[in-house]
This record gives sequence, C-alpha cells and structure tokens, in this order.
Amino acid sequence: MSQTTNKLSPPSSIGLSVRGAHLAWHQQVLFDGLNLDLAAGRWTCLLGPSGIGKSMLLRLILGLDGGQGNSQTITCSDGLALDGRVAFMAQRDFLYPWLSVLDNVLLGCRIRNENAPDRDKALDLLSRTGLAAVATAMPDTLSGGMRQRAAIARTLMEDRPVVLMDEPFSALDAITKIRLQGLAAELLNDRTVLLVTHDPLEALRLGHAIHVMNGRPAVLGAAIEPKRLPPRPVDDVEVLEHQGELLRQLAEAAP
Amino acid sequence: MSLVRPTIILIGLIGLWQAIVSLSGAPPYILPSPLAVAQAWIARPDLFIRHGAITMAEILLGLMFGLILGIASALVMAYFRPARQWLLPVLVVSQAVPVFALAPILVLWVGYGMASKVVMATLIIYFPVTAAFHDGLRRTEPGWVELALTMNGSRWAILRHVRIPAALPALGSGLRVATAVAPIGAIVGEWVGSSSGLGYLMLHANARMQIDIMFAALATLALLAVALYFSVDFTVRRAIPWQPDSHPNES
Repeated sequence: MSQTTNKLSPPSSIGLSVRGAHLAWHQQVLFDGLNLDLAAGRWTCLLGPSGIGKSMLLRLILGLDGGQGNSQTITCSDGLALDGRVAFMAQRDFLYPWLSVLDNVLLGCRIRNENAPDRDKALDLLSRTGLAAVATAMPDTLSGGMRQRAAIARTLMEDRPVVLMDEPFSALDAITKIRLQGLAAELLNDRTVLLVTHDPLEALRLGHAIHVMNGRPAVLGAAIEPKRLPPRPVDDVEVLEHQGELLRQLAEAAP
Repeated sequence: MSLVRPTIILIGLIGLWQAIVSLSGAPPYILPSPLAVAQAWIARPDLFIRHGAITMAEILLGLMFGLILGIASALVMAYFRPARQWLLPVLVVSQAVPVFALAPILVLWVGYGMASKVVMATLIIYFPVTAAFHDGLRRTEPGWVELALTMNGSRWAILRHVRIPAALPALGSGLRVATAVAPIGAIVGEWVGSSSGLGYLMLHANARMQIDIMFAALATLALLAVALYFSVDFTVRRAIPWQPDSHPNES
C-alpha cells in the first residue's frame, strides 16, 4: 500500500485475527471456518445482506451469546488475551434512561466499581462530541443524533484499543449520519475498528479495508482498500467507483 | 388539572347517592342520605379519626413489610436461579389460598390486636409486589445487559446498576396494585376479630343499627384508601421519571 499514515498508531494499538469461526443458528450453519483479520489501528468494514451473520460474527468476537459450537480462535497481535480490551457500540444507543448523559458516559467506571471516575475526561469527551451543554440532561430529552453522539462518547470513555460497531449509524437521517461518521472517524482513528454495516457508502467512507460477506455458509470476499485515507468525502472518485461495484456484489449476494 | 376530574367524580357520586335516597324514599336504616352520614361524622370526629388511624397504621405497616419481603424475594429469585424454582411455587400457593380463609387462623395465632391485621395486609401486598418486580428483573432490555457485559461488569454489578434500576418501573406498577388492594387485608382482619379499626367500627355500628355511623366509617375508609393510592402514585412517578408509559420513545 502506498499509504502515508497521517497519525502514528499508539503502542497500545493491537491487531486481531479470528480463525475458524463457526456458527450454527436454528440448525443452519451461518459460517464455518471463517477467517477475519483486523489490522492494528485500522477500520475494517463488513458489508453483507441481512441475516448473513455479520452481527453474529461481531458478537462472537465480543464473547456474547449466539448459537452453538463456537470453535474460533481469536489472537491479538501482542499475544495477550482480548478480554477487557474491546468496546462495543450497537445500532441503538442503549443509553440508560435513569442516568444523565454524563453518568451514561461514566457507566463503565460505575459498573466496574472504580473508586474515582474520571469526570474531567468524560466532560472533555462530551465537549468533543458537542454535548457539553447537555451533560446533565436525561437521555429522553435528546434527539436520535445526540443520543448516538453520547453513545460514541461512552465508547471512547472505555478507552479500549479495539472497538466493534454494529450498524451504529443506520437509524439516523442522512445528514446526521454523515456528520457522525466524520466524528467517529476522527475520534477513533487510532483504534482497531470493526464496523458492520448495510451501507456501501458508509463502508467506503470509513474503511481502510472493506469486506463483503455472503453465501451460506458465508465467506468473506477479498478486501477492497481505497487509497485515500478515511474519512473520505461522499463524492470522492474512488468512493463512487467502488460503490457501484459493492452494490453489484451485494445484489448478487442477496437471496 | 389532575384534581379537577376526581373532584367532579366525587361530587357526581354524592349527587347520585342523594338522588337515589330522594327518589326511592329508602328509610335511613337502609340507606342514609349523604347529609345524615356527614352529620354522623361531625358528631363524633374523634371516633373516626381514632379508628381510621389504626386501620391506616395497619395498612402502612402491611405495605412496608410486604414491600420489603416482596423486593427481597424478587431479588433472591433473580440472582439465584435455583431459588426461583423453590420460591415460585410458594408464591403461587400463598396467593391460591384466599387471605379471607386465613384470617381466622391468623387471629388465632398472632392474636386479636394489630399484628394479625398487619400480617394479613402483608400477605395481600406481597404477591403483586414480588410478581411485578421479579418480572421486571427478568425482562431487562438485553442491549443494556450486553453493554454492561462488554464493560466487564460482574453479575452483581449488572444486577445493581442495570437490572434493578431497569425493573423499578415494574416495581412501581406492582406497588400501585398492592396499594389498591392493601385495605382489604386490614379490613378483613378487623372483621374477623378486633376491638378497634374502621372494620371493627362498621361491624359494631351495624349490630346496633347505627347505619349512618357505618356509612361514615365506610366513607372514611374510602377517603383514606384513595388518598393513600394517590400519594403512592405521585411518589412513584416522581421517583421513577423514566417510566416507559410516560415516555414511549422506543420504536
């Protein structure tokens, strides 16, 4: 690759490799012997038709429930265990309605019973996500875009080297979506990210590497690696070029 | 605004009552007029206040014990899975046997005084509180729990920081139902055997054909029960402002 990295990855950044992932769901084999590599400090995007098992693969890496017969091995590039070094962001914001925005951002500290939650850091993250003014507001009073911003701030507060995101922007309107994609790309640019999405444009804007997942059992297509660094503008030539190709692949994959 | 409707309903019901008395010409020993009942109350306010306070104390103590026991049972069932299989049948049995049938036994065991009425009220309150809270604890939004799991929360931390707060609206509904039925326990207990309380006063007045006093006792009870319900409802709403019924934000 002829990329010139604009920001050096911090030493904490780790790569991830998943080997031999297997998942059966309701007597159907969703994938078997699936391999996936996440490059350190890079965004990897996973595209594919609904029900193909993208989210399941992500949940498998997270260690959340899902089907039977998990036989995959997950190795980190530094040889240590993944446990405790991965943050999760879902399609819905899952803000706790009984906590203020600030307390939601501090949720991880609360849940791990940390004695001195870093309020200054949380407030800083809220101002970087443009939510400083609503730090004490309850989530019910925020718009969908603001709620998802708060969820981004909460994910960043966890400060994990690996971030797994399951269609985090899919419920937002087009303009809010593009703004939040830019924000996430900026704030998470040194993390190892796996982004599961339906949206080829989103994958092309944000991914260093883009895979299409299809078939049953599902396999991963070869990575598309646009040259320009993300976040790419929506009218970037490369983005537009690949978008047609990705849409064609997705249409073929759809049952 | 919120008080306008209950006031209109109350005035309407009293008007209907007066109309039935005037139109049917029912004798005062069958159905006294609202005015006669009010006069009975004004003639002996100490009587109704004293007996009302005792009944209210029984109800409140029953609510307190029922709430504590119910919350504890629901938490034990939610945290220790084997406990659920043992406690759930006990819970159902406790509800299958009518409290009315237990009343004489409880008076025999716990005595003629307030204790047996408090136990009765506790029994009646225990079930709705336990059932509602346990249900709430079991139906935590999976996304909230999964998020806490990815944050490396322990089982206890997830119960404390996620499942309990998430179940509070359900507990609130259970408490409302419990408050509405709580007076039954106290009154039944007083009917079976007691020397004080509004239930005792009603039976006592009935036996002496003091029908106006009987109705005044009933009105006092109704007033207390309604006031209790609204204050519990108000408190629950204030304490749990994220109630799903007031914020249908999930699509």
